[in-house]
Amino acid sequence: MIAPALVVLALLGAWELYVDLGGVDDLLLAAPHQIARSLWEDRSLLASNLGTTAQEVGLGILVSLALGLAAAVAMHFSPRLRRALYPLMVATQAVPPVIVAPLLVFWLGFGVWPKLAIIAVVCFFPVAVTTYDGLAGIDPELRKLMRTLDADRWRAFRLTELPAALPAALSGARIAVAVAVIGAVLAEASGSSSGLGNLVEKAGPALQTPRAYAAVVVMAAFAVALFAALGAAERALLHHRPKGPQQ
Amino acid sequence: MATSTDDERAAGDRVAGVRAAAVELDGVSRSFGSVAALDGVSLRVAPGEVVAVVGPSGCGKSTLLELVCALQEPDAGAVRADPAVLMPQRDLLLPWATALDNAALAPRAAGMARDAARERARPIFAELGLSGFEDARPHQLSGGMRQRVAFARTLLAGKPVLCLDEPFGALDAMTRADVQAWLAGVLAREPRTVLLVTHDVEEAAVLADRIVVLSPRPGRVVAELAVGTPRPRAATDAAVVQTRRRALEALR
Repeated sequence: MIAPALVVLALLGAWELYVDLGGVDDLLLAAPHQIARSLWEDRSLLASNLGTTAQEVGLGILVSLALGLAAAVAMHFSPRLRRALYPLMVATQAVPPVIVAPLLVFWLGFGVWPKLAIIAVVCFFPVAVTTYDGLAGIDPELRKLMRTLDADRWRAFRLTELPAALPAALSGARIAVAVAVIGAVLAEASGSSSGLGNLVEKAGPALQTPRAYAAVVVMAAFAVALFAALGAAERALLHHRPKGPQQ
Repeated sequence: MATSTDDERAAGDRVAGVRAAAVELDGVSRSFGSVAALDGVSLRVAPGEVVAVVGPSGCGKSTLLELVCALQEPDAGAVRADPAVLMPQRDLLLPWATALDNAALAPRAAGMARDAARERARPIFAELGLSGFEDARPHQLSGGMRQRVAFARTLLAGKPVLCLDEPFGALDAMTRADVQAWLAGVLAREPRTVLLVTHDVEEAAVLADRIVVLSPRPGRVVAELAVGTPRPRAATDAAVVQTRRRALEALR
C-alpha cells in the first residue's frame, strides 16, 4: 500500500516541477496543484457532468452486456450464424469510433442515443467474444456425460455450459467497463451539451486547461470505481468456485 | 430393472444366450481415421450381469462404452443396448455446484425440477456414506468421495445399464479397495447391468461375474472368463486369485 503511494507522490512531484520550472506551457499541461484547485472549485460542475457521463456509461454497459451475451449464445447455438457474424464483429473493432461518432450524432441527435450506440460498438465485442469462447470451451467429456443423462440441448446449456462460461463472461464485462468510459467521452466530444467529454471539449479553447485535466481525473477515478465494483460482483458470484484454472 | 437371482447370474453367459441380452454387440468395428480401435468385437451381457472389460491401454475400451451409450456409431456390425449411462474416467463434477446438486444433475438433466431432484438424490447420498457433505463443493472433497458423488449421479440417471470407465483409476490403493467394497454393496442391494472397463484384473475379478479380455489395438475379444463364485468376494478368494491369473495369461 505504501510503495504505490510513494510512486504516485514521486510522479506528481516530478510533474509539478516540470510545469513550474517552465518545461512546458501550462496551457498545454496543467500542474497538479492547478488541477487539484480546479477539482475543488469546479466540484459542482464536475459532479453534474459526471452524472451525465455515468448515466451514459451505465446504460451503455447494460445494452452492450445484453447484446454481447445474446450474440455469444446465438453463435454458440448456430455455427452458421457464427460464421456469418464473427468476421463482422471483428470488422466493427477496426472502425475508429472517432470516424462514426459524427455520423451517429447526425442520425440520432445530441441526446443519449448516439452515446449508447458508440459505447455498444466499443463494449459489445469483448463481452461477445469472451462469453462465446467460454461457452465453446466446455469440456467435450462433460457434453457426452450430459447426453447420456438425457439432457436436451437447452438443459445442457442451462445446467453446464452457461455456468461454465460465467467467469469468461465476467472477464469480458470487466474489459468492457474499462473501455466504456472512453467510448462515452469520444461520443460526447462529437456532439453533446453536457458530460465530462463535453467539458474537456469546451475547456481547451477557453484556455481552462486545469479544468480539462480535472475532468480527466474524474473520468479515470470513475473508470477505476466501475472496475472495482465489477471485481466485487465477480467475487460474490464466483466465491464458491476453486481458485485457479478449472478442470 | 434387472432382478436375476444369484443362480442365474452364476450361470453367466450361457443364460445370456437364452433370454434378451441387456447389451449385445455383434461383430462391431470402429476406426478413427487410419487407427482401428475395435475390430469385430462380439459381446452379450445379460440383465443384472456385471461384466468387466480388461485390456492394455489404447485397446478401445472407452470406445466400446461409448458405443453402448450410443455416443458413437459402429463402422461395421451392430450394437443393441438397453438405455445406458456413462460414468467417465474423470469424475466431471461441476465445480460451482454442491455435492448434492452434482448428484442431482442426473434427474435435472432429464427435466426434473431442482427441489424434486435434490430429494431424489438424498437417500442415495446417505447410502454411499456421503451424509453431512451435501453442501460441500467438489474441491473440498477427497478423491474417494468425489468418485462416490459421481457414482451417485450415475445411479440417479435411472438407466438399467451402467457403463463405468475406469471409475477407480485415479484413486490410491487404500481408497480404491474401500470404494470397490461399497460398489459391490450397492450392486448387491440394487442390481444393475454393469459394463466395467478397467486395466486392473484384480478389480475385475473381485467385482465382475465375467471378464472379457481385449487384445492390444485393434481391440478383439481374446478371452471370456467366468469368475464363478458369488459376490461379495475378497481379493484373496481362491476363485478370484485363479481368475486373475487366467486373465493375466490371456493378456500376455
